[in-house]
Amino acid sequence: MDNLASLSAALASGELWHIIGLSLAVSLSATTAAAVLGLPLGVALAVWEFPARRFLIVIANALLGLPPAVVGLTLYLLLSGSGPLGFLRLLFTPGAMVIAQAVLALPIVTALAHRAAENLWAGYGDALMDLGASKLRAVPALIAMGRLSMLTAVLAGFGRTVSEVGAIIVVGGNIAGYTRTMTTAIVLETSKGDLPLALGLGLVLIGLTMMISAAAFGLAGRSHA
Amino acid sequence: MKRTIRLWLWALVAVVALSTLAAGDDTSTSTIRLATTTSLDNSGLLGAMLPIFTRDTGITVHVLAQGTGQALDTARRGDADLVLVHDPEAEEQFVGEGHGTNRRQIAWNDFIMVGPKADPAHIGGGHDAVAALIKVAEAKAPFVSRGDRSGTHALELRLWKMAGINAATGERGWYRDIGGGMGQALNAAAAMPAYTLSDRGTWLSFKNKGPLAVLVEGDPKLINRYDVIELNPEKHQASQLAAAHRLSEWLLSTAGQKAIGEYQVDGEQLFHPSAAAPR
Repeated sequence: MDNLASLSAALASGELWHIIGLSLAVSLSATTAAAVLGLPLGVALAVWEFPARRFLIVIANALLGLPPAVVGLTLYLLLSGSGPLGFLRLLFTPGAMVIAQAVLALPIVTALAHRAAENLWAGYGDALMDLGASKLRAVPALIAMGRLSMLTAVLAGFGRTVSEVGAIIVVGGNIAGYTRTMTTAIVLETSKGDLPLALGLGLVLIGLTMMISAAAFGLAGRSHA
Repeated sequence: MKRTIRLWLWALVAVVALSTLAAGDDTSTSTIRLATTTSLDNSGLLGAMLPIFTRDTGITVHVLAQGTGQALDTARRGDADLVLVHDPEAEEQFVGEGHGTNRRQIAWNDFIMVGPKADPAHIGGGHDAVAALIKVAEAKAPFVSRGDRSGTHALELRLWKMAGINAATGERGWYRDIGGGMGQALNAAAAMPAYTLSDRGTWLSFKNKGPLAVLVEGDPKLINRYDVIELNPEKHQASQLAAAHRLSEWLLSTAGQKAIGEYQVDGEQLFHPSAAAPR
């Protein structure tokens, strides 16, 4: 009951809508960026053979466990007024948060896309090449063939971004009405001792994540049929 | 296959569009970044009074709520336009280094020692923070330290020094450095339960007090003063110093002082405007 009262008060203030909107905008932007770069990259790593390939695959898999706090701190030092990229004036803006989360999601999307494409390439690579496809054309073909696996890769990236707090609280600053997201608001409310509100926000976040994931699989399933 | 390429191009467009949307808001000259302490923000004071300033001046204030040490570092690196903190020694150093100028007190309240109602160290009702800390150490009763270079942490270390006890390097177990904000420290103290030092503003607005109660208060050593510090234009040309100066002036103006004095939580005044300040 306590949950509902404080949550509905937060909803009525309008602040919560902004927080939810920003959370989704930042996480979806970062995930889309990671997908646009990571899917072709992961598939390319399965199709082409070149000296540094093994090394890149190992790196992508190693970075699955990239600590958000370290990404946040590194980006903070780069974007700080006294850092090399300070002139961009991106620190403590949603833009910085998108970059941080894209960095975190990219290895996940790349590694999972590579895993899926590897099997497809082993099974259908020769057939594709016999049909006269170039390796360049094989990349989008493999993404299309493995779209459910690719979707899983992208959703895994999304899961990383939407639940992450360590990086965005450092580069975003948790500024009310500007860079406060669901996860940073949960940390803040916990620190104010308002545990019911923090828990309520957590449930809203989980609900949203599940809805997005279900919607994505619904869409993919339909185009599959 | 063409469809996939087209889809990929659309996704590229979506990235650009979404990030513009996300970054969309203002970063114009009428926005300033205020590096301040969690106590002023978590207690709700800034949330209550800054909208009045924004309405009167058109200047938006982005609040970065950090510990005092971190807030001063943020300003040193050029990532803030104005500082509002509460650690006299660290502030003097900041001004001495040439980063800050025009340091003025805007409000004060006090620190308190809170702890479990059961009070195993028997400090309840006391008015001497140092004597209370000595009793806590003798009883080896759990004590939570912020450990985060905040203003409250700095005061705690000064009090231990006065007590002649080196708690941090002493016997482990009862002295617990949690390395977090005031709220985290209170959450930890409520769960253990343990004693801790808190500013009154955060304590009064804190909602998870559990078994904790105020045990020591009214010691002159526990005065908590909040100062606004403007940045030195010689070191911080890139900052929004003119707009920051307006906020600094407003905090000391009749309107700002009134907003500070009128702010209440559950009928209790949290901060006293500095016109009546003991220095």
